Amino acid sequence: MTSHAQSAPTANATAPRLNLSKHLGNALFKGVCGLIFLFLLLPTVIVMPASFSATQYLSFPPSQWSLRWYVAYFQDPEWIAATLFSLKVAGLTTVAAVVLGTMGALALMRGRMPLKGAMRAVVLAPMIVPHIVIAVAMYMVYMKWNLLGSLTGFVLAHTVVCVPFVVINVSAGLQKMDPSLEMAAASLGANRLRAFRHVTLPLLGPSMATSAAFAFITSLDEAVISYFLSSSTEKTLTRKMFEDIDFDLSPTIAVVSTLIIVVSVLLMGTIEGLRARAARRAKV
Amino acid sequence: MTASLKRLAATLWRPDWRGFSAPLSLLLVGPLVIGLCVAFILPVGRLLEVSVWNPDFTIAELVRIAETPLYLRILGRTFLLGAVVTILTLVLAYPVAFLMARLTGWRLALAAACVMVPLWTSVLVRSYAWIIILQRNGLLNSMLKSLGLIDAPLPLLYNELSVAIAMTHVLLPYMILPIWAALRTIPRELPLAAQSLGANAVRVFLLVVLPLSLPGVASGVLMVFILSLGFYVTPALVGGPETLMIATLIGQQTTELLNWPFAGALAALLLGITLLLVAVFNRFLGLDKKAAS
Repeated sequence: MTSHAQSAPTANATAPRLNLSKHLGNALFKGVCGLIFLFLLLPTVIVMPASFSATQYLSFPPSQWSLRWYVAYFQDPEWIAATLFSLKVAGLTTVAAVVLGTMGALALMRGRMPLKGAMRAVVLAPMIVPHIVIAVAMYMVYMKWNLLGSLTGFVLAHTVVCVPFVVINVSAGLQKMDPSLEMAAASLGANRLRAFRHVTLPLLGPSMATSAAFAFITSLDEAVISYFLSSSTEKTLTRKMFEDIDFDLSPTIAVVSTLIIVVSVLLMGTIEGLRARAARRAKV
Repeated sequence: MTASLKRLAATLWRPDWRGFSAPLSLLLVGPLVIGLCVAFILPVGRLLEVSVWNPDFTIAELVRIAETPLYLRILGRTFLLGAVVTILTLVLAYPVAFLMARLTGWRLALAAACVMVPLWTSVLVRSYAWIIILQRNGLLNSMLKSLGLIDAPLPLLYNELSVAIAMTHVLLPYMILPIWAALRTIPRELPLAAQSLGANAVRVFLLVVLPLSLPGVASGVLMVFILSLGFYVTPALVGGPETLMIATLIGQQTTELLNWPFAGALAALLLGITLLLVAVFNRFLGLDKKAAS
């Protein structure tokens, strides 16, 4: 920003005063931005100390520190059951969304078939329809199909929500891919299947890995649809959290929140890091 | 048997490098499209159907929304809160995006992390955090008290204020990212050229930078407004009985009253408005335009 002063041909006697006000303005601007960053981070940051509270009721900052709520979480069969159930749903959803989404992306990008536009619309629609509409619609129909509170119901619903991101991610990967690489494999005698297996699929690996991590986190985090599809016995972690926040606000929620924050930030941070590295390599 | 299998495989994997054959494509995309039709399109279609077929075609439920002051008030509140949240996010997002467009290296990485971390934090966790901050003896009230600014705790939670704050927090990254993307693509020479022609910093911003960032602003505004209309978790947890919005009303009609026709009509209304706004979004800022340029 020093170039401003250098390139100003109209520099005159008022320049020092302008400079001062510019510095003041700049400092003020940065201060405001700092406050906005604080606003962005505050809720994430505040939950962690609250989880180490020793008191019965939620307070911040805690007057005494302890691990009692961590112990309470790991000893509570309901929390553990909900956690394990959510992990199971997220794992199966990830597999289903990545397999179906990758196949779909291949066909939608490379295939020659009728009704492609309509199919693409169907695949991307879950991104546009508000989750409350999806949730209530599935609640009504899955109830008749006896799928409420069932693993099948959750995996179906979460796959619907996650699959558009997989298709978009893998399609972007396919678009960026150099077609001459497959041609090269073909010219060296590989048949279609071999070229796909040894060239296309490995090149799609990063997009598929990103999609998988994204699908896993999305499923684990999904709150609205899971709220409606849960039953009193089979519920996801998000439904259990929703109930506890709504009814008793025990510090156990801070523990679960802290664990979820750590897992998602680690996972998403790794992905972003990998993506940044891939982008740097692509430039070089 | 193996011979016919081989022949089948050969027809499917035609040695054609321009693309997959139609049968193979359909085989690949079939499970996905059929699955989505059964698990997603069918339920949504059924919900919309029960709102107008009861048992014959009727628009009674839609009329009921339009004629009941309570429901109109809830719709009005949804739009008003959406507008307030959109303006708040815009005011907060622009300076941050502007700063980020000037940053490089680790400073940019740090700023981007500040924007992304809340995006990766569950909406439930964030609602819970806002309860910690805004409740009667929460962080904000005790801070104001110890500063001597207030005597009795302010009612900050379970009202429209807390819903607006929490929704602004959730939607802020969706505003920052498109504006930042627009600002980042402005060639550095343009503001410099304006400056060398004698424009001061304010004029450079108003006449060069701001107009060029408007596509990003527009897409952020539309996206945030669309998303705000469908919010369920935040108003349900940090709001109170006085902050019912269209999504929480839909939820209440189904879980508490099992009134499917009415819930379906509300869902149809929300879906219709959303699709309309998405169409506007695509028309003015859509992918078709980007693909053409």
